Amino acid sequence: MSIAPIAPILEAVGVAKTYGDGTTALGGVSLAVHPGETVALVGESGSGKTTLLRTFNRMVEPSAGDVRVEGQPVAGLDPFALRRRIGYVPQDGGLIPHWRIEKNVELVPRLLGWDRDRRRARTREMLELVGLDLQAHASRYPGELSGGQRQRVAFARALAADPPLILLDEPFGALDALTRLELHRQFLDLKKALGKTTVLVTHDLAEAFRLADRIGVMRAGRLLQLGTPDELAKRPADPYVEALLEMRRV
Amino acid sequence: MRGRAVGSAILVLLLCAAPLHAADRIVIGSKNFEESRLLAEMFAQLLESRTKLQVERRLGLAGTQVCFEALKNGAIDVYPEYTGTGLVSILNEKAEGAPAKTLNRVRSEFLHRWDLWWLAPLGFENSWEIAVPKELAEREHLETITDLARVSKRLHGGFGHEFVGREDGLLGLQRVYGLEWKSVDHLQQALQYQAAKQRTIDALDVYSTDGRLILYNLKVLRDDRHFFPPYEAAALVRGATLKRHPEVGAVLGLLAGSLDEDTMRALNLRLQEGHESEVVVARDALRSLGLSNKEGRASETEIRGTGVLAYFWGVRRDLGRLTLQHLGLSAAALVLGALFAIPLGLWLERRRRWAEAVIRVLGIFQTVPSLALLAFMIPFLGVGTVPAIAALWIYSLFPIVRNTYTGVRDADSKAVEAATALGMTPGQVLREIRLPLAAPVVMAGLRTAAVLTVGTATLAAFIGAGGLGEPIVTGLQLANTAMILSGAIPAALLALLVDAGLGWVERRLRPAGLEVQR
Ligand SMILES: Nc1ncnc2c1ncn2[C@@H]1O[C@H](COP(=O)(O)OP(=O)(O)OP(=O)(O)O)[C@@H](O)[C@H]1O
Ligand SMILES: [Mg+2]
Repeated sequence: MSIAPIAPILEAVGVAKTYGDGTTALGGVSLAVHPGETVALVGESGSGKTTLLRTFNRMVEPSAGDVRVEGQPVAGLDPFALRRRIGYVPQDGGLIPHWRIEKNVELVPRLLGWDRDRRRARTREMLELVGLDLQAHASRYPGELSGGQRQRVAFARALAADPPLILLDEPFGALDALTRLELHRQFLDLKKALGKTTVLVTHDLAEAFRLADRIGVMRAGRLLQLGTPDELAKRPADPYVEALLEMRRV
Repeated sequence: MRGRAVGSAILVLLLCAAPLHAADRIVIGSKNFEESRLLAEMFAQLLESRTKLQVERRLGLAGTQVCFEALKNGAIDVYPEYTGTGLVSILNEKAEGAPAKTLNRVRSEFLHRWDLWWLAPLGFENSWEIAVPKELAEREHLETITDLARVSKRLHGGFGHEFVGREDGLLGLQRVYGLEWKSVDHLQQALQYQAAKQRTIDALDVYSTDGRLILYNLKVLRDDRHFFPPYEAAALVRGATLKRHPEVGAVLGLLAGSLDEDTMRALNLRLQEGHESEVVVARDALRSLGLSNKEGRASETEIRGTGVLAYFWGVRRDLGRLTLQHLGLSAAALVLGALFAIPLGLWLERRRRWAEAVIRVLGIFQTVPSLALLAFMIPFLGVGTVPAIAALWIYSLFPIVRNTYTGVRDADSKAVEAATALGMTPGQVLREIRLPLAAPVVMAGLRTAAVLTVGTATLAAFIGAGGLGEPIVTGLQLANTAMILSGAIPAALLALLVDAGLGWVERRLRPAGLEVQR
């Protein structure tokens, strides 16, 4: 697959981050994510995946470099407006425990000032989309759902305001293997149906190969290589990448 | 709407609490023992019957320092004091022999330094003295301590711990009079009287107007060499008050020289052993002096030490009033505490660097003994409701601040993080997520503070703020169990009720959806 000549939705140029305590989490990362594609970021723990992801919606301010969303440098945007345009699912779902499922799902539409009927309709649509029974679940509290159901709700919430870009930080990480497989299948269905641009952080290489169009390998705050699974397998740019793929075969 | 209602409620409370110095009002204080309360009550009744002034009583203030500070800064206008106390405890000077000399000294110093006036002494001294059983005194013809020195070699002395070791106590006394004893025992005050009755001791140190001197048939020996400093009782009045209301000096002057030691002993006995109220005893005393033309206050009931329940029934109206007063004090302190401590807790949560230090300082305040804190308030706020509320307010802060801070800080961080990442502003996160999640914790802090406040408010009586502590404090001095219980039981019940009520609110505030999680 060649890179299309259309403008990327998300761009990072030389993004670096050193935290207040002196930890350098990112040492200058550049990448571009194009409309409709799913890019997976893999790498060992502490390699900077989460930090990079969080610079995209200004949850982390880079120490150097630029992030652009739909061509606009995010540094110049209102962070709250920006975040409302970007979906987000963390590992544990991050649902608000004292809000019913429907209220959780309509969080961003409400922040955007949608009227009630439109929010209701959208919530229904989203819950159906992620395969949750509306009757049974909409008025429950997050604590009354299983881990897999909670994660579906988190996806529904991330998609509710129809954002052009979705950030996922190990969204399947805390699930058992069977549930994870089921959600993978659902993710691919959603991808086909909605064609959302997605950045997916994971340290499960198999997951990255199954779900992503392109995979970025990170190590110690650097992006070693970004390419299709095929490119990575055939032309690893770095001994580390090669070793990583080796491991997968074993 | 609700905010305004709470606001105006607080305003009303504050207005009631402020020491109103209306022009036609006079505040009478006393220390927290029987004689002081009695004298103050006599002052009050006399002023009520002879002037048009509205008289307010702040009886039972905790000790000399409290009374004196209160007088100095105008929280009270007058209280009974002793010349010797003025000299030794307030002026920090050495006690001197003759009564007139002491009186002149404190008069000029008090006038000069603070514009406080000692009126003419009431006629008796309440000083340290030596007493012997009447029967012994008659047999040996003892009138003075010099007489005692003649025979003391054959006698057993029994003295209080405080008296024995002091230069202005037994040591000096023996030197001045050349006293020698067959033996000397160190006893507790309460035991001294018993021991004298059983004649295991023959001489003891006493306060000259103690009612028990009558009960135990003891004779006070005249201090003919003026060894003991004179403690003449007199009204101590603010100069400003006398200027505003010259009639106060004139009316209280009627009591000059009118009470001797024998009279005081008899009156004190009625308070100490008869458990009568000072209102009644004061009325009788004034009547026998020919100074009362009224029947006293109609609302006062005479209550003798019958059963506890009968006692409760007898004072039910007073208890109702005191309970309301108690609740008012506690509620005012708590509401003001919450209004300050919750915002402070939220602020600290944003400036975590300060949090530990600030909370620790508030925690230290918590360890200051309540009485000390109350006493500490007096130079700034006087006596009465305001300093009591201020002290209770300080106590209420720590639990509320701590719980607000930790509650908001520890509110589900994952949910907060996700909500922020989806575009909620910090204000929205606080209002919609952190505060609701923290509400039960904050409420638990409020509940702790409330129980603490209701409990501590019993001590407010020491600085004249009333409440259920009033019968407790008075009852302790009169050793009247029924009276103590009449304050203690309602106070305990009140604490339990408040705890249960706020516990219910706490459960109501727990956001739905939280129970299911664990
Ligand atoms: N708020 C922070 N303050 C200081 N250091 C941080 C902070 N967040 C992350 N780090 C450090 O930055 C580095 C990168 O962390 P990051 O969370 O981006 O790694 P990750 O690749 O997501 O790891 P994992 O796979 O374990 O989630 C780590 O060394 C981490 O300790
Ligand atoms: Mg991570």
